[in-house]
Amino acid sequence: MNLKLKIWRQKNAQAQGKFVDYTVDNISPDTSFLEMLDILNNNLIKKGEDPIVFDHDCREGICGMCSLHINGHAHGPDTDITTCQLHMRKFKDGDTITIEPWRSRAFPVIKDLAVDRSAYDKILQAGGFVSVSTGGVPDANAIPIPKPDADESMDAAACIGCGACVATCKNGSAMLFVAARVSSLAKLPQGRVEAARRAKAMVAKMDELGFGACTNTGACEAECPKGISIAHIARLNREFLSAKLKD
Amino acid sequence: MIKLDSKAPQGPLAEKWSKHKAEIKVVSPANKRKLDIIVIGTGLGGASAAASLGELGYNVKVFCISDSPRRAHSIAAQGGINAAKNYQNDNDSIFRLFYDTIKGGDYRAREANVYRLAEVSNLIIDQCVAQGVPFAREYGGLLANRSFGGAQVSRTFYARGQTGQQLLLGAYAALNRQIAQGSVKSYPRHEMLELVMVEGKARGIITRNLVTGEIERFGAHAVVLATGGYGNVFFLSTNAMNSNGSAAWQCYKKGAAFANPCFTQIHPTCIPVHGTQQSKLTLMSESLRNDGRIWVPKKKEDVEKIRAKKLKASQIPEEDRDYYLERRYPAFGNLVPRDVASRAAKERCDAGFGVNDTGLAVFLDFSTAIARLGEQTIRERYGNLFQMYEKITDVNPYKEPMTIFPAVHYTMGGIWVDYNLMTTIPGLYAIGEANFSDHGANRLGASALMQGLADGYFVLPYTIGDYLSHEIQSPKVKTDTPEFEAAEKSVKEKIAKLFSIKGKDTVDDLHKKLGHIMWENVGMARTKESLEKAIVEIQALRKEFWVNVNVPGTDKEFNQELEKAIRLADFLELGELMARDGLNRHESCGGHFRVEMQTPEGEAKRDDEDFAYVAAWAYTGTDKEPELVKEPLTFEAVHLAQRNYKD
Repeated sequence: MNLKLKIWRQKNAQAQGKFVDYTVDNISPDTSFLEMLDILNNNLIKKGEDPIVFDHDCREGICGMCSLHINGHAHGPDTDITTCQLHMRKFKDGDTITIEPWRSRAFPVIKDLAVDRSAYDKILQAGGFVSVSTGGVPDANAIPIPKPDADESMDAAACIGCGACVATCKNGSAMLFVAARVSSLAKLPQGRVEAARRAKAMVAKMDELGFGACTNTGACEAECPKGISIAHIARLNREFLSAKLKD
Repeated sequence: MIKLDSKAPQGPLAEKWSKHKAEIKVVSPANKRKLDIIVIGTGLGGASAAASLGELGYNVKVFCISDSPRRAHSIAAQGGINAAKNYQNDNDSIFRLFYDTIKGGDYRAREANVYRLAEVSNLIIDQCVAQGVPFAREYGGLLANRSFGGAQVSRTFYARGQTGQQLLLGAYAALNRQIAQGSVKSYPRHEMLELVMVEGKARGIITRNLVTGEIERFGAHAVVLATGGYGNVFFLSTNAMNSNGSAAWQCYKKGAAFANPCFTQIHPTCIPVHGTQQSKLTLMSESLRNDGRIWVPKKKEDVEKIRAKKLKASQIPEEDRDYYLERRYPAFGNLVPRDVASRAAKERCDAGFGVNDTGLAVFLDFSTAIARLGEQTIRERYGNLFQMYEKITDVNPYKEPMTIFPAVHYTMGGIWVDYNLMTTIPGLYAIGEANFSDHGANRLGASALMQGLADGYFVLPYTIGDYLSHEIQSPKVKTDTPEFEAAEKSVKEKIAKLFSIKGKDTVDDLHKKLGHIMWENVGMARTKESLEKAIVEIQALRKEFWVNVNVPGTDKEFNQELEKAIRLADFLELGELMARDGLNRHESCGGHFRVEMQTPEGEAKRDDEDFAYVAAWAYTGTDKEPELVKEPLTFEAVHLAQRNYKD
């Protein structure tokens, strides 16, 4: 396959960015999208040009490091996958592909296609944990947990923290990310204890860090590579409200 | 000359750890507040250690190369974590887990360490459940288990096909709690480039801020290495793209012995290589072997038709299929250990029965399980793995069997540590995959997660106190000293040298060449000749690297090519040590298969007389042959025998 690429280049956080056109030739349809960018970078280096910076690591859809807005979609045109799992067979020979970084106030660009997502860590530090220290805990089977609850907790816990929901949301809201963590812990007896306090602290931190408000458009759910349901946002709202009522 | 003292306690196996804990010193809370610890890496080992040490009251600084601690490659572990809970009433016990692990490692691990691992395994499951890890459960609400290779009991706990992710999110949450409380300070996108030693002790590190390029100094009373394995020396592996061996290698060059570097795990069930543009390989979890059956056609003509796409696997009748693992190993069947399964796949492919166009693939078939349990049950157990497979290969594994082939996955070798997990450098510790200690020559499935968390939650927090109890009078480590100055200078000189070369080859071009040398000569089957060839070729490639690599850009920016170049420079030295170690070890054991040493049935043939030892290598200088130091392995509780998975 031969492809035309329009890629966002930006020297650093302060610099003005712009789209630059590139071409890549002889790409196999079985090549992954990031391998296609590897090939482009290898060519650029040989021509004495600066390679394109993009975040990536596990290349199997679980670490959450890769990002990229491809033709207007977070993680590209395929469903339920991350960019690293996208393969070139989803494109046609001769296509023009536009590649941008996540665009959101809370995720400033570091360079080219890499953004700073440390705000996510800060939200989780505000309360995304169960307050137990190592040791002195009961036997793992001491508290039975209904299978449907454990399954639902796992559904929410599948979030990889990639930021696609924020990048997709017109308000730049992190509600789906926050809800996934709050909901996953709230469905388990171990996490239930601090559920209301956790919801309040994480939402407050999200607001403080410049993420927008949720207006229930559902765009986040549609683009989430792990299929996290917005039903979890309803649970977060419930926890949040119950915390507020106690204030 | 390095002296190895394992410090394994005397006394009966089952009492060693209790006895040792009673004898080692502890540090009072008031003194813990005065002590600084550096942890490098935030996978299961690093995150659990940093969190636990923070909880105890030490001042912890934790470093990772990713943008968040949660990205560490432990996140990609799929299948599960072992523990000797015996919840299934299938006669599991601490001893059985210990025995399976020692045997699975082909009797090349230290008994005392392995027993302790089995002993603390149960605490790990309790801890993870308390943190809110959503393990799979039965309808009664209790925890579910499944089986993994090398075991005849069901002792593996799991969270769908994302167990590593869930355990890491648990450890990361514990870490976040400590960061919020101020006991741990986190430094993401920082890479350790040098260890700093003062008066023979590890006292700090030099890092590069990967965003700004700034070279920074950090001092501490102890340094913990939790930087994972070095499988990426092969270029193509199931490791994450940024996983590397550089931190460990810098410690080796400062005096930490490197043990059993040739012990590499080739995992039997990975998606086969598709072409030369490929950047990495994807694992299909071992848990699939609970329900998947591995086979190739019995008839060559069927193989030909499949390769020509004239026949589908599902069209081959049962009697024409060779379920070779079930045939060769009736007692364990598809659940033999990884090294055995990988070699058996290679044997069939070498004999001409490989089932894709490259001839390097076998089938992993779920049709029997789907017929028995229904598609829905299979979807519940492995849904995300099946989805991942289909996205990569464009084949629906509910309809047609998966094709799989072995790939580099894990390194059992690593920095040598004693029973306290301390390296040969005082004050430097190595935990998780970064050390060599628990898996011998082959790691069993679902044991990496167990070891990372055992070291981080329940071993290091105890043993490090023994060392630090002697440091309570030591003041804060100052970084404006000649030792830090010299370490920073050497890092800056190395970086400047890389930029000055301005050669023609990209880092990836050279890395692919190294990977090819390693896979062909230090891969699944090794001979004296291939290992000698590898040493010569790696030395030549290393020379080529230092005159012909092209590192674009500058130092003072986000420069991913520079990161890769620094790591490859170290892989080009580490690869040679792996070959050297493999050459020295003239026996076959676990993942190390010397073609010259096999039984008439083609199984690995150990030489316990001459090689029942840990091969620890000490650095002697640039381009000089390293020194081999042996730690003899003595077995009190198990009887050394040819591994038998047949009956």
